[in-house]
Amino acid sequence: MLDFYQQAADSAADIIYLGEVICSKRRLVKPEDWVAIGNELKQGGKEVILSSLTLLEAASEMSSLKRLCQNDAFMVEANDISAVHMLSTAGKNFVTGPSVNIYNSRSLKLLARKGLKRWVLPVELGLETLRDLQSDRPEGVETEVFALGRLPLAYSARCYTARSHNLPKDDCQFKCLDYPDGSLLKTREDQPFLVLNGIQTQSALTHQVLDLFPNLVSLGVDVMRISPQHSHTMEIIEIFDAARKGAGLGPLGEKLLSLLPLGACNGYLLEQAGMHFALEGTHATQQAT
Amino acid sequence: MELVCPAGNLPSLKAAVDNGANAVYVGFKDDTNARHFAGLNFTERTFEKAIRYAQDRGRKVYVAINTFPQPKGFDRWKAAVDQAAAYGVDALILADIGVLDYASSHWPELRLHLSVQASVTSAEGISFYHENFGIRRVVLPRVLSVSQVAHVITQSPVPVEVFGFGSLCVMVEGRCLLSSYATGRSPNTYGACSPASHVRWEETGDGTNTRLNGVLIDHYGEGEKAGYPTLCKGRFQVGEHTFYALEEPTSLNTLSILPELKKMGVSAIKVEGRQRSPAYVAQVTAVMRAAIDQCLSNPDDYQPKDQWMDELAEVSEGSQTTLGAYHRPWQ
Repeated sequence: MLDFYQQAADSAADIIYLGEVICSKRRLVKPEDWVAIGNELKQGGKEVILSSLTLLEAASEMSSLKRLCQNDAFMVEANDISAVHMLSTAGKNFVTGPSVNIYNSRSLKLLARKGLKRWVLPVELGLETLRDLQSDRPEGVETEVFALGRLPLAYSARCYTARSHNLPKDDCQFKCLDYPDGSLLKTREDQPFLVLNGIQTQSALTHQVLDLFPNLVSLGVDVMRISPQHSHTMEIIEIFDAARKGAGLGPLGEKLLSLLPLGACNGYLLEQAGMHFALEGTHATQQAT
Repeated sequence: MELVCPAGNLPSLKAAVDNGANAVYVGFKDDTNARHFAGLNFTERTFEKAIRYAQDRGRKVYVAINTFPQPKGFDRWKAAVDQAAAYGVDALILADIGVLDYASSHWPELRLHLSVQASVTSAEGISFYHENFGIRRVVLPRVLSVSQVAHVITQSPVPVEVFGFGSLCVMVEGRCLLSSYATGRSPNTYGACSPASHVRWEETGDGTNTRLNGVLIDHYGEGEKAGYPTLCKGRFQVGEHTFYALEEPTSLNTLSILPELKKMGVSAIKVEGRQRSPAYVAQVTAVMRAAIDQCLSNPDDYQPKDQWMDELAEVSEGSQTTLGAYHRPWQ
């Protein structure tokens, strides 16, 4: 784990988000360790953001959230409106993650008045909506897009990894440790469909926006988010870094595909089913006819 | 403890009122609400009749405008708010921050409830909506245990409504994108989960396949009753096993914990099912009314009657019910 952050420190990434966003029982890295890692990354020139838990249920989770929001060292990524409230009432600036629902300009503007400095486009929204939101974006707010990773699709009270081992959540035996890339859910026709990551459900395919990089840049997107996978994350960062420096997308795309566990999708950005993979050119032709 | 019942059309609304609902919730005929199904919901004309029928009998009407508009559609959500307000509804049930901002600034007197679609599970989150938009009630997602609900109620600045019966969302509402991943349409964007437009039933040599936009959600053998392919209630393979990996086809039923819900201060019990028939609404409303009345008059001796349980099981998904996340071992 610490090796990973050492590599991240040496990578081309400008911003690093740290922390546990899925399950409060996962404590291999403790909150104070995240801060220590953050300090090192910051000294190495990275912008560091501490991410908050997405689904809050227990009182103990609220206490941890409170401590996280009280930290003075780093800005916090709010992944639930509870964190937005804590941070805004304390007069602190914040980032919202993809699970805070900002679907229209009126929502974006209201949160900007509360201290929002950067927001992540909800993953199910497409380029058309992004264009509309960007054209009416409040001053001083950066836009981030989920650029690569298995899509965060749903959160539940139930732990599906434990359930797949016939265990209740309260006795999960940390089975998720055995599945660093999540546990694959296939249809009865063997189609890889979803991935179980504890209480979170992800897409089996990896959402990737590399082919749409020029579109996103022209829409004024400030930040591309790369969600880590168990292996090849640093190579993926290199690919996106090359793309932003103007390298040809064709060869980069081929290399990227070879690094993904089960193939790619990008349908959401083109107003289609999220699991589809389509090219912007094809889509534009379909629209025109 | 108020009983809030669903109505997808005028006959259902009458069934809810006639069988003892204190309030009925409805939606307009478009994507501004989370039950945007063909043939369902209210036009302006039927809406007017609905309000008159309920309010003349001393019952309330709430309008769900609880999906998330994108910039191009935002005016439709504003129009829905304006229409509901103009007809004198008792409350709006809203989820989106932008829509809440619009409604609270244009209709400051209008009572606002925070929809389950707002996905708020803590008093801290409720406070955000209370302080910014003056919400007067919150509907909690179906992800909290009974003790967690009780804790939220002790801290919440506004009264709390919980789900008491109906189809069970196993994911936290308002943040579930499974449906749009498979079909491009989700409850948030389109007002429907696993939309019928993308469903295919396929007879095979050995039974029936149910598909959602081509994805096999389940296969039923000869003689096995095929269910609607709701994405989270299909059978899938994980590791070596094929099973209901997310949840069985089952409905939530809280009859056995009504006294607990009452004691902890739950203000309203919601029944799910605007997409269901008037017969469903009549049956569930009647059972819930009888149960709540008994629970309120004699909470210490309250026991759910077998007959109530049977009647609710009859109209449940897969003919079975669960306490869902309220009951810790379910999690």
